Amino acid sequence: MVTLTINELELKAEEGQTILQVARENGIDIPTLCHNEAIEPYGACRLCIVEISKGKRTRIVTSCLYPVEEGLVVKTDSPRVISNRKMILELLLARCSKNKVIRELASQAGIEQPSFKSEYLEDNDCIVCGLCVRACEQIVGVSAISLVNRGITKEPASPFLGPAADCIGCGSCYYICPTGAIKMEDRKDTRIIYNWKVEFKLKKCKVCGNYWAPEKQLTYIRKKWNLPEDFFETCPTCK
Amino acid sequence: MSINTNEMLKKLRSKQDLEALQKELISGRKSDKALIAVCNGTACHPYGCTQVIETFKQQISQQGLQDKTELRITGCHGLCEKGPVVVIQPGDIFYQQVKLNDVPEILHETISKGKIVDRLLHADPITGSKIVHRHEIPFYRKQKRTILGNNTEINPVKIDDYIAIGGYIALAKALLDMTPEQIIEEIKRSGLRGRGGAGFPTGAKWESCRHAPGDIKYVIVNADEGDPGAYANEGLLSGNPHSVLEGLIIGAYAIGAHRGYVYVRNEYPLALANITTALNQAQQLGLLGEKILGSGFNFNVQITRGGGAFVCGESTALMASLEGKVGEPRAKYVHTVGKGLWDRPSNLNNVETWANVPIIINKGADWYRTLGTDGSKGTKIFSLVGKINNTGLVEIPMGITLRDIIYDIGGGIREGKKFKAVQTGGPSGGCLPESLLDLQVDFDELTKAGSMMGSGGMIVMDETTCMVDIAKYFLTFLEEESCGKCVPCREGIKRMRQILDDITEGKGNEEDIDLLERLSATLIDSSLCALGSTAPNPVITTIRYFKDEYEAHIKEKRCPAGVCKALIHYYIVNEKCPGCGLCVKACPQEAITFMGKKQPVVLDESKCIKCGACYDICKLEAIGIK
Repeated sequence: MVTLTINELELKAEEGQTILQVARENGIDIPTLCHNEAIEPYGACRLCIVEISKGKRTRIVTSCLYPVEEGLVVKTDSPRVISNRKMILELLLARCSKNKVIRELASQAGIEQPSFKSEYLEDNDCIVCGLCVRACEQIVGVSAISLVNRGITKEPASPFLGPAADCIGCGSCYYICPTGAIKMEDRKDTRIIYNWKVEFKLKKCKVCGNYWAPEKQLTYIRKKWNLPEDFFETCPTCK
Repeated sequence: MSINTNEMLKKLRSKQDLEALQKELISGRKSDKALIAVCNGTACHPYGCTQVIETFKQQISQQGLQDKTELRITGCHGLCEKGPVVVIQPGDIFYQQVKLNDVPEILHETISKGKIVDRLLHADPITGSKIVHRHEIPFYRKQKRTILGNNTEINPVKIDDYIAIGGYIALAKALLDMTPEQIIEEIKRSGLRGRGGAGFPTGAKWESCRHAPGDIKYVIVNADEGDPGAYANEGLLSGNPHSVLEGLIIGAYAIGAHRGYVYVRNEYPLALANITTALNQAQQLGLLGEKILGSGFNFNVQITRGGGAFVCGESTALMASLEGKVGEPRAKYVHTVGKGLWDRPSNLNNVETWANVPIIINKGADWYRTLGTDGSKGTKIFSLVGKINNTGLVEIPMGITLRDIIYDIGGGIREGKKFKAVQTGGPSGGCLPESLLDLQVDFDELTKAGSMMGSGGMIVMDETTCMVDIAKYFLTFLEEESCGKCVPCREGIKRMRQILDDITEGKGNEEDIDLLERLSATLIDSSLCALGSTAPNPVITTIRYFKDEYEAHIKEKRCPAGVCKALIHYYIVNEKCPGCGLCVKACPQEAITFMGKKQPVVLDESKCIKCGACYDICKLEAIGIK
């Protein structure tokens, strides 16, 4: 166990925990966009920055990645943290000027319009946090998509921007995306994920007749867990 | 005498074997023959050094001078501006800009008759006087070529040349006479700091890596030099690859690593070829592999080519790239000396840092400490480029001033123009003004002034450089080279570049400088890696030292240097124009009209696209910029 201070509150934590974990366990709010507990921390959105001091040295770190240390003093809302976080939100707002999630986050920080000229503003939904790609790799285990290009042109994409051949249609990318940048639709017996240019036939439940999951996803799970052929004939509700 | 004959390929199994070979090679080099050292460095290639070398070979046999001369094909000599460079010993005679036709004359006059070919001598750019001996040339005189100096003494693809000048003796001493702890102590005491940019103390880094838990550890050479205008690492790795390799093996032994990597960018074909050759030769001689020099220490090295991403010079991105992943940095809250390549303790140093190691082991930390300043010991190699007379690779003792480098070594500004700024440390460094010319060049002084040492780029700018435009240039470079992972770097550099675009186009607002400063503060504080956190340096330093230029662009819509196209106008200086019509022919827009001989031409501004063709072609200063 180590003892650290967050916002003048003395807290005990397990070694190996991150500042963000300890803060959240103790009800201290730190905003994040690229973080999800089920996935390895990545440190891309930088919203979770905090100010730490060890002795005389003070610096800004990302709380999602920084491991707790004995005697660490953390401030989650110092003036330096606030001004950096505001500028990061201004940058995100300039990129995603019409996105509801980003607009709300910025608004909570007191930003209605970024300081940049209106002709700079863009209408993106994706903030390149990589959660879709990381979920596909770390949780689903298929790596059907990846981040391509670098710098300002970096984006999540299917291989060669064509249909994502390895995609099983599970929709994890859609559910985990913090800004609604992934467009997915279930149309009766078909699921379409527009971003990856893929369509899947949905399985019909033998009992209720509802279309409930992509057949390719069910086959993938069945093979992975060595389940019997007829395991997914009925939907979870009717089982 | 060459180790390339079969009987010489015997593995060296002890220090005695190495010393015996060295003795033999030295006696082989002692002869009455004249030595002709021709630069075969990367910068001399476009000047035709390959053909010059071939011509020397042919002419030596044609003139029957085989018994009187030895031709040595070397790496970079440094004075790249004047290539191809030829140095003749004895006498230290320095010939520059040698063409094919000069070769027979050099042999006939200098080698056969002992006469100097006056035409090929170096002329001092300031006094204009001709200089015969290399060591008297101002460019070389103020340098301290501890590391680069050996480039001219060896053929980089011959390990016997390197051994003949004392190569691998430091390795033998380290492996057989010193403990790893003693080596680390010596490096710590020497005060050596990392030459890749940040200047972290090398000995302390090695010590952390040695003490990090784990059986498998790695050592890595960072040869991913990507700064625009910088080629110091290239000149060293291609010109003396064994010195880097020797340093690496010593470091590996001190740290307890048995595998090393050289990460070299693929755009450095000569460096790549020469380090590959060096590696093979060292393996053949048993200087790599099992039980090196009979010591029981095993070590192997692998070369990996980088794909050309600037960000891969960052240690964690480089390691990701080595692992076969996308070259993206990660947070270094857990240091790479503890958890680096494949999560193993890994020690990465720059090419130049590794090359310093054999020198420290040979000459001792006490000797090394005599070079440099309190906080920065030793020498530093810079690529001196830009609007300067003597462009090239220079090695200076830490602590000499920018003025010494630019005026004494560099020979001053081209075409008698006025110095304006010097940019050190690559795209992430800062632009320093004339008032700082007496700044002592070392890690701490450069950082205090808002710039940095970086990997050794030094770009000199004159009065025709616009400082807002140059800041925009560096940000454009970094915008393209950002990996795109974190928001401040990816989005912030782009917005800063857009603001600078506007300022240079006359669309800047008074609030822009404040916004640039606020963006800079966020990039410094909250970027994931050093690419983002140092990216604002060119902007911050140009605002700090050249604020009047920003204000001229923003308030007066004027570019004082006459560079930003949207803010300048060309005009005809009537009293200087003889109506020769050269500009009329050069203009692609037919915007200039010929009015008859001895009549000044007339420029129609409505047709002018400000391409500058008229300005460039007129030698009479009859085209003005306002």
